[in-house]
Amino acid sequence: MNIHITKFFYGDYGEIEGGAPAPVNNREWPLWEVFIRSKQGLDHKHVGSLHAADAAMAIENARDVYTRRMEGVSIWVVESKYIHASNPTEAGALYDPANDKIYRHPTFYQLPDELKYM
Amino acid sequence: MDANKLAEQFQQKIDADIKIEPQDWMPDEYRKTLIRQISQHAHSEIVGMLPEGNWITRAPSLRRKAILLAKVQDEAGHGLYLYSAAETLGITRDEMYYQLHSGKAKYSSIFNYPTLTWADMGAIGWLVDGAAIMNQVPLSRCSYGPYARAMVRICKEESFHQRQGFEILLTLSKGNAAQRKMCQDAINRWWWPSLMMFGPTDNDSPHTAQSMKWKIKRFTNDELRQKFVDVCAEQVKFLGMTLPDKDLKWNEERKHYDFGPINWEEFWNVVKGNGPCNKERLATRVQAWEDGAWVREAALAYEEKKSARKYAFQNTAKSTENAPAFQ
Repeated sequence: MNIHITKFFYGDYGEIEGGAPAPVNNREWPLWEVFIRSKQGLDHKHVGSLHAADAAMAIENARDVYTRRMEGVSIWVVESKYIHASNPTEAGALYDPANDKIYRHPTFYQLPDELKYM
Repeated sequence: MDANKLAEQFQQKIDADIKIEPQDWMPDEYRKTLIRQISQHAHSEIVGMLPEGNWITRAPSLRRKAILLAKVQDEAGHGLYLYSAAETLGITRDEMYYQLHSGKAKYSSIFNYPTLTWADMGAIGWLVDGAAIMNQVPLSRCSYGPYARAMVRICKEESFHQRQGFEILLTLSKGNAAQRKMCQDAINRWWWPSLMMFGPTDNDSPHTAQSMKWKIKRFTNDELRQKFVDVCAEQVKFLGMTLPDKDLKWNEERKHYDFGPINWEEFWNVVKGNGPCNKERLATRVQAWEDGAWVREAALAYEEKKSARKYAFQNTAKSTENAPAFQ
């Protein structure tokens, strides 16, 4: 048997049988971003995303997908299309104003070691 | 900025172990490789629920049943983490489902083997999840942020899967003659397919070099497979069972276990769709998707009805507000 060996990776079994591109589905449930507060006193933190028809379903799904081991005490969901993000290609210019202001850090100031409680 | 410059900066980030995030520039081939790998990994988690789902109603005790349910639910969760990670690369969930259901995308060939006895639940946990962990731990340091983060979560949860599997086998190994026989039989049937899970043997294909360079992959298939054999050859002793390989032997010089040749013809045959359960698995999956169509449609219709009402109410409220008070 003549087998052509191609290198595949874990979870990657190649595309052996071709196929037509997927038909466009305009009725896909929207995507939601999920934020979880792991315990009282901490911030909500982004954990991932999921699909749901509405906010109530998004929260229920988030409970099942992201808090199966009591990882959270509070869940926020927001439809992904409402998230606005800074552009990584403009990061240089965006953060430039803070780059040269090391005097904003307490360690910038040289004070005598004998000075206490400061 | 031209493409060469971008590609150079991209590689510098990878070399410096800076993660690539969804909005960052990346080479098309990197994106394509990741979409294929992550989505097929996700499909494996989803299809992986089927062989175990087979035993939920027949679990030998309530404790085992609750555990198996939790494990299968975890697999669904793992599939969802991974689908989400793949979606950040610009493919939709429905496209991925379509690729799976049409047979275009593959999933791990291991799930095309049948689960004949309860002991298979143990062997799957120990060997199949064990092999998965061996692969997934390095993937949690993969260069693509969302994939790496998904893998961190998955690895945390996967450890329970492996331990519960080993416990099933350990219990059977202390049982009567029939139970011990069942235990050994399951190990015999799952051992070689588990070794095949690591993928074809290493060769000098340019594809490997590229994925290593991009830090999508950190170890070769053969390195991981060897590690797995070394670990299992020791663990099986706790069960008082044997691995079905007459060539399995400690090699003092290599400080590794030597093992017999893998039947790659069988592997490719299963990958190509001719395994014992390929058709059944895919048909079950497609039917689940089709049977759920009305639910997806109804949930959307309900949401549309609710937001239409809310909109109408807001408009009425506004018009009253603006109306002159004396009317």
